[in-house]
Amino acid sequence: MLQSDTLKKRAEKARKKKAALGEDIEIEKFEQEEAGEHEEIESLEELPEKHKETILKVGVEATGAGRAGSFLQIDQTGVCTSCSSESIELMNMKNALEKYDWLNDYMWKAVAVDTDKYTAETALRESSGYFIRALPGSREIFPIQACMFIGDTNVSQTVHNIIIAEENAELHIITGCTTGSDIQSALHIGVSEFYLKKGAKITFTMVHNWAEQVEVRPRTGVILGDDSTYISNYILTSPVRTIQSYPTAYCQGENSRTVFQSILGGQKDSVLDIGSRAILTGKNSSTEMISRAVSKDQSQIYARGHLAGKSPDVKGHLECMGLVLSDDSLIYSIPELEGSSTDLELSHEAAVGKIAEEEVLYLMSRGLTEDEAASMIVRGFLSMDITGLPPELAAETKRMLDLSLKGM
Amino acid sequence: MVVVKLILEITDLAIEVSGKEILSDIDLYIGKGETHVLLGPNGSGKSTLFMAILGFPKYKVKAGEIIFKGENITNYSTTERVKMGIGVSFQNPPAIRGVKLQDLLKIEHGETDEELSPEMMDLVTKLKFDDRFIDRDVNLGFSGGEVKRSEILQLLAQKPDFIMFDEPDSGVDIENVELLAEEINTLLDKEKKPGMREKSGLLITHLGYILNFVNADTAHVLMDGKIACSGNPNEILEDIRKEGFKGCVECCNPIH
Repeated sequence: MLQSDTLKKRAEKARKKKAALGEDIEIEKFEQEEAGEHEEIESLEELPEKHKETILKVGVEATGAGRAGSFLQIDQTGVCTSCSSESIELMNMKNALEKYDWLNDYMWKAVAVDTDKYTAETALRESSGYFIRALPGSREIFPIQACMFIGDTNVSQTVHNIIIAEENAELHIITGCTTGSDIQSALHIGVSEFYLKKGAKITFTMVHNWAEQVEVRPRTGVILGDDSTYISNYILTSPVRTIQSYPTAYCQGENSRTVFQSILGGQKDSVLDIGSRAILTGKNSSTEMISRAVSKDQSQIYARGHLAGKSPDVKGHLECMGLVLSDDSLIYSIPELEGSSTDLELSHEAAVGKIAEEEVLYLMSRGLTEDEAASMIVRGFLSMDITGLPPELAAETKRMLDLSLKGM
Repeated sequence: MVVVKLILEITDLAIEVSGKEILSDIDLYIGKGETHVLLGPNGSGKSTLFMAILGFPKYKVKAGEIIFKGENITNYSTTERVKMGIGVSFQNPPAIRGVKLQDLLKIEHGETDEELSPEMMDLVTKLKFDDRFIDRDVNLGFSGGEVKRSEILQLLAQKPDFIMFDEPDSGVDIENVELLAEEINTLLDKEKKPGMREKSGLLITHLGYILNFVNADTAHVLMDGKIACSGNPNEILEDIRKEGFKGCVECCNPIH
């Protein structure tokens, strides 16, 4: 899906390029399914009941109630695209590229095509994905819901999404990524490029619920114009084989602002390598990163954060809190602050520890057992207040989070 | 003669914390429907006895036994003791992030609905809280008075048979002490005639101020990890107010 030869060459060159972080995945090990393998549907309600239940667990409502639109990709096929909002365009990427020539100007601008083998693979294959564009000055309070679903075992799914919020537009997206109940292993590569024009706001809330042997490599870039705000909320509490993701926000616009909030629960032998990066070049731009991590069983969680202040009057703060619940698990917190201008303020606080015994005893003295007390404390620790969402969406997100935390 | 049924029987109890003996030779018998008060200077071991009765693991029983409702609970966990009917109000309870006061009230009152029952909401209002307050993380940023009222509110939800109050009046202004005292009296069945009372309590206080509002049947003075004397609360308090706890030292180590 590449129009330019230069991009194609760069992608070809990066085909074997290992990623900077995370275990190297042998892409060839997975089966490449063609687009069109799965039948298109008009509405998510046509899905079999068991799929509906599965996607509901990641916040995707098959009825479409309370949603401005829905997108579903199964393996390599965009099977459903429906949108009832007049202020948002939602399309399959393929259709969008046919419709808009200018869309090529947004391809591989926020994520470099030769970042690593995963971006290269996505570029060189015919990838599906969605195109979402919020029209100038529009404000849709209902979210678009998008679901990346793996339906066949051992497939590699590549996704390329482009999201544009035009000037002064406000857009909310809920993404749920999951696998069919009988799927063991698979590879998911998701490239997402976000563009926020002057005064725009995007909130992007993503819940992951993969199978235990799935490898996940999202690649996300966000470019922020003047006075724009990007809020990312990420929730993963179920087992996965490995996930490595390091979304980067380029705060180029004056007064642009990003918030990254992550809730990570490591279970079984999952390896979660999750970071957030903000490159603050716009005058007075700012970022806030908050993560909560809990490691159980033999899981390993790498919680990274990189704040790069490159012009005066930028501000950034990173907060990372972790609870290590088993001797065989690990939380490795790596906060990085990079200041290369005067008059900036970057800070971080990180703490990794155990459940406070005093808190357990307090709950036991109210009649809870030791285990009940510990799990209540863990759920409380992870259930941070997600800020920046409109009230209806905040309530919905809280429900999604509560659902995710039930498994912890 | 009226035979008082005992709810708590502590005999010859010795407690060690981190290898150091804090309490020894403690005998304490509390009858059903009775309220006792435990007085003593700071550091005399009052809170240690409280935690030991509650069964916190740091407080090791080196000798003696604790019988509750006729059952030897010396080796029971805190949870088991609470389930048998022991309730507590802490002096400085920990704040727990993400655990809302409302969530605790539901567990304590055995509720499963998303909304708190009207019965509980009445109590919430009575203790001068509202639905916004109970949505806060428990004890996080609560003022001294709010902590005490929240502890009492949780006990009202739990309805235990035997309640220990650790310094329920410390750091609370006069107006709130009266409110707290009223609820403590409710919790301890004070509105009933003495012989009819079902609930029992142990008030721990080093100033005894709360006793102006809550009547106790018996007082005990704890000095250096031992019970120096037991008796009529008014007489004992009067002595302490006159001579301080100094006089109790003499009782503890009588000079012949």
